[in-house]
Amino acid sequence: MQKLLSDLKYNQVAKVIKLNEGCQGFERFRLLDLGVVPGTEIRLALDNPLNDPIGYWIRGAVIALRKEQSNKIFVEIFDE
Amino acid sequence: MNNSTTILPKTKNSGCENCPQARDGHLKRLGINLDKTDFVIALAGNPNVGKSTVFNALTGLNQHTGNWPGKTVTRAEGGFQYAGANYKMVDLPGAYSLISKSADEEIARNFILFGKPDVTLIVVDATRLERNLNLVLQILEITDKVVICLNLMDEAERMGLKIDIRSLSRDLGVPVISTVARYRKGLKELLNTLSAVATGELVTKPKVRSYGNGKFSRAIKSISTRLKNEFPEIENTNWLSERLLDEDEDIIASLKSGELLDHARGDVEYSQFDAEKLTKDGIDLALNYQNEVDVIQKEATKLRMGLAVNFHDELVENHFTEAAKIASHCITYPDVKKRLYFDQALDKIVTSKTWGFPIMFLLLALVLWITITGANYPSKFLAFLLLDNVHPLLKDLSAQIHLPFWLDGVLIDGMYLATAWVISVMLPPMAIFFPLFTLLEDFGFLPRVAYNLDKIFRKAGAHGKQALTMSMGFGCNAAGVVATRIIDSPRERLIAIITNNFALCNGRWPTQILIASLFIGSLVPSYLAGLISSAAVIFVAVLGIFLTFVVSWLLSRTVLRGESSAFSLELPPYRPPRFWFTIYTSLIDRTVFVLWRAIIFALPAGALIWLVSNIDLNGISLAEYLVTWMDPFAILLGLNGIILLAYIVAIPANEIVIPTILMLTVQLSGITGIGEGSGVIFELDNQTDLMHLFEAGGWTLLTAVNLMIFSLIHNPCSTTLYTIYKETRSLKWTTISGLLPLLMGLIITFLITQAWGLF
Repeated sequence: MQKLLSDLKYNQVAKVIKLNEGCQGFERFRLLDLGVVPGTEIRLALDNPLNDPIGYWIRGAVIALRKEQSNKIFVEIFDE
Repeated sequence: MNNSTTILPKTKNSGCENCPQARDGHLKRLGINLDKTDFVIALAGNPNVGKSTVFNALTGLNQHTGNWPGKTVTRAEGGFQYAGANYKMVDLPGAYSLISKSADEEIARNFILFGKPDVTLIVVDATRLERNLNLVLQILEITDKVVICLNLMDEAERMGLKIDIRSLSRDLGVPVISTVARYRKGLKELLNTLSAVATGELVTKPKVRSYGNGKFSRAIKSISTRLKNEFPEIENTNWLSERLLDEDEDIIASLKSGELLDHARGDVEYSQFDAEKLTKDGIDLALNYQNEVDVIQKEATKLRMGLAVNFHDELVENHFTEAAKIASHCITYPDVKKRLYFDQALDKIVTSKTWGFPIMFLLLALVLWITITGANYPSKFLAFLLLDNVHPLLKDLSAQIHLPFWLDGVLIDGMYLATAWVISVMLPPMAIFFPLFTLLEDFGFLPRVAYNLDKIFRKAGAHGKQALTMSMGFGCNAAGVVATRIIDSPRERLIAIITNNFALCNGRWPTQILIASLFIGSLVPSYLAGLISSAAVIFVAVLGIFLTFVVSWLLSRTVLRGESSAFSLELPPYRPPRFWFTIYTSLIDRTVFVLWRAIIFALPAGALIWLVSNIDLNGISLAEYLVTWMDPFAILLGLNGIILLAYIVAIPANEIVIPTILMLTVQLSGITGIGEGSGVIFELDNQTDLMHLFEAGGWTLLTAVNLMIFSLIHNPCSTTLYTIYKETRSLKWTTISGLLPLLMGLIITFLITQAWGLF
């Protein structure tokens, strides 16, 4: 089922489907360069004491994304 | 580990003597001496892969390195000599990609494209090979002459990763050398390979990218063929076609202006549109060129219509798919990712809801405590040496050579004493604070602090990394301002610069502690005195943090309004800190740097302090005139003229505020038996004497409270202001950084005083 990356829970894994069309320009390019491209598998690796940003394991590194970013990433969440 | 492979050199006679491994070269680091250059090397790589470490190791320069993405902000250049040739190395800003239109990345791309480096050395993090390959593949589309430095091999080994360097080199078509740059491993081989590629002895052949056989590939082919026909000089036509299809404005502009073609021809001096050369033929040629470019661009626009809407996404996706293929081919992962588990276990505690904040505050408090208590002894020793012994010695000397009274005063009592004072008070805490801080940084803890606190800073319109620059400010605001370089967006960086002053620096902690223990501690029974006075100091420091947020918030809603820029924060793996190395570099980079600037400003301040106390007009000293003149105003602020004057003349360093206040108080209240004479700053160890002196100066509890508040909230010292100017290159922002806190301090102390009168 299609969900948002921000729906992910600790240690869950999801696969990127696409980025929201509302996310354009440099913001979109930066996400893509960080490896958030369709097909990428992402695991929630790090909680945050304030719940935002969240650290995701993306193609071999932990990248912190703010909620306003993870809200723009459509994913398919794998069952554990 | 040194099982790297190189593509066989194309030389006439093959044999061991031509093998790059056998080259007998000696590295001679040339630093910034770049008089004669035979070859230019561009140094590229993702942020935080050890690029600066490689740069320093080869050039002998000291670019600050740290476990942080984004240290290299502008282009740095350095040189070295190897095997008889002089090399210039250009350290480009770290980049994730070359096609994302960020300022840093454009600098990097334009240099590789137009700077025509003889070799592009790409530093790659062995532990994050796959994601780093995105950039590698992009660079390989632009230039053939590439050497890959597979750095951080020790970490990869610790993580149990096995990388087949031969396959990697074969897959990419360029030499790959494994290194551990921070321990200088593999550098010799790297140099051999660089020199072999630079001299052309080793010819690299990157694998040509396959664009598949869909619409995209046909579009590329069509434009590429046209480009090749019209401009045979351009080598990377596939890449250029892709850029045209992706509507890359920067590249289109440089194609239109003829810049790109000129560079491809290696004829940078001559431009298509050089006015002096516009003969009739020239004009025809130029028009003709314009037409050709227009035709090609129109073609690209037409083809672009037929491609997917998210064409750019697909481009990046292709790179990552290719990168993943290469990575899976070359890397063997361990069965158990034990190192990752260690990182994750530690991260789970460091970023947990229960422990995240307590750990952060405890560590920061510990660092500050070690700094403040640990600095006492070396400070006392330096004071003993420079103030108690060298100063009288100099006085004797000047008496022997009959130096005139005023010259002796300005030079020895003024300039020497103030400078010696600044050194003895400032050097020890900084020499303790900076190494401790740098150790935490090198270990990888500080990025976690930025991560934990980002939300609060974002609400104030700032960046999480400001947590770090603020903490650095507790050591020294000038160093904190320099540290804001890690914040990559200009708006958030300016906020961090302007508000850094609200972090109570080392120069102000002693003032706070002294005044709190004299005036606040004495309000309660003696067994509580220590506790209460510490609480008062901590309150002031926390007030500073609070003001940091408030002012950041105000700035981001007024003069620095704007969208918060695309956020990205990479959390590097924990690295065992290099203890001695860290101590050495933090002493050189931060401590000496700040101390030197402080000394430069302390010298004239010392002269000024002595002069205002000793220049008499009608038998009244200039200091007295100024104090009397400022007194009515100062009283409104709950301070006095002496304190204000001390703050004005002691702008160079907060450290000399208290000694100056003491000296002026003694001089103007006519107390005898204490102090060293007019214009000679001093300090008292005895608290009772101190208290008597302050009482003689008319101090009350209100004076003490306001002094503590004003010490927190006033203009930054001149060292910091100068650093702000150096970093922002803007008089406007420097002025704002100076006046904003000063005005705030005046208003707040005024309000406190008025409220105090009501009770």
